[in-house]
Amino acid sequence: MKISVIITLKKDVLDPQGKVIHQTLDGMGFNDVNEVRQGKYFEIDIKETDNDKAKAKVEEMCKKLLANLVIENYKIIDPK
Amino acid sequence: MKSSVITFPGSNCDRDMDVALRKFGFKNKMVWHADAELPKSDLVVLPGGFSYGDYLRCGSMASKSKIMQSVINFANSGGMVMGICNGFQILVETGLVPGVLLRNKYLEFICKNVFVKINNKQNKYFKNVNNEVLEFHIAHNEGNYFCTNDQLKEIDDNNQIAINYCDENGKIEDQFNPNGSIKNIAGIFNKEKNVLGMMPHPERMIDKSLSGEDGSLFFKNLINNLK
Repeated sequence: MKISVIITLKKDVLDPQGKVIHQTLDGMGFNDVNEVRQGKYFEIDIKETDNDKAKAKVEEMCKKLLANLVIENYKIIDPK
Repeated sequence: MKSSVITFPGSNCDRDMDVALRKFGFKNKMVWHADAELPKSDLVVLPGGFSYGDYLRCGSMASKSKIMQSVINFANSGGMVMGICNGFQILVETGLVPGVLLRNKYLEFICKNVFVKINNKQNKYFKNVNNEVLEFHIAHNEGNYFCTNDQLKEIDDNNQIAINYCDENGKIEDQFNPNGSIKNIAGIFNKEKNVLGMMPHPERMIDKSLSGEDGSLFFKNLINNLK
């Protein structure tokens, strides 16, 4: 089963890369952007076939390795 | 005094640290990250470098390596553990010291000498250092110290800030902050002050003709404090 995870920086954490991307977009003529925040995306192919169990495992992975909860939030996308 | 330097895949300041520790009297052993057991040590050092190519987040993979469980146990039982640069990043990922190290504020890799002011001398790392200000070298891309407001309060309440970036006279101001760290924090202790993480490299300042000798001062003092 494939499960996707999106990691984003928490709201009050400075994201200098996002800022630079925003500035560059602005310079390219995309003038209607309010803000850009950069994050990470993971696709995890897991052997577990039970939906809930798989999600629980991925959640543990997020907490223990994939995200640093001091600065990041994670969101697990429901497998289809 | 016995010390151990842990080498991770991608560590590149491990041998410099070995040279520095030996120069000032430590009997140092190099320990591979995949080992499970830590040799008997009075000091364990996590060196600088780019462990695991800085994949995912700097220090995140190394913090899960086999040897780290022994290092964490050693630290939790009061053992002296010092993380320099990438070693500091590894320490925050283990949770032994609070906070996290973000990408430098202006997105530049910074490689230069800086001055740091010692904030707390009530510990084995800085006790009896006569200077208030030390000149060390920094070389990092992710040294921007960040923590939550709750963590910051705890850090202040327990006097956990070890060193702050400053000018040569010890003035701690925004303009002397190279990377955007909260409160110019360059190094931080755990609550008990036996674990120290810092971005500057004292091991690069141990030769009068090559650099400066503030690192010599640091290591000489450290070994005396451990005796």
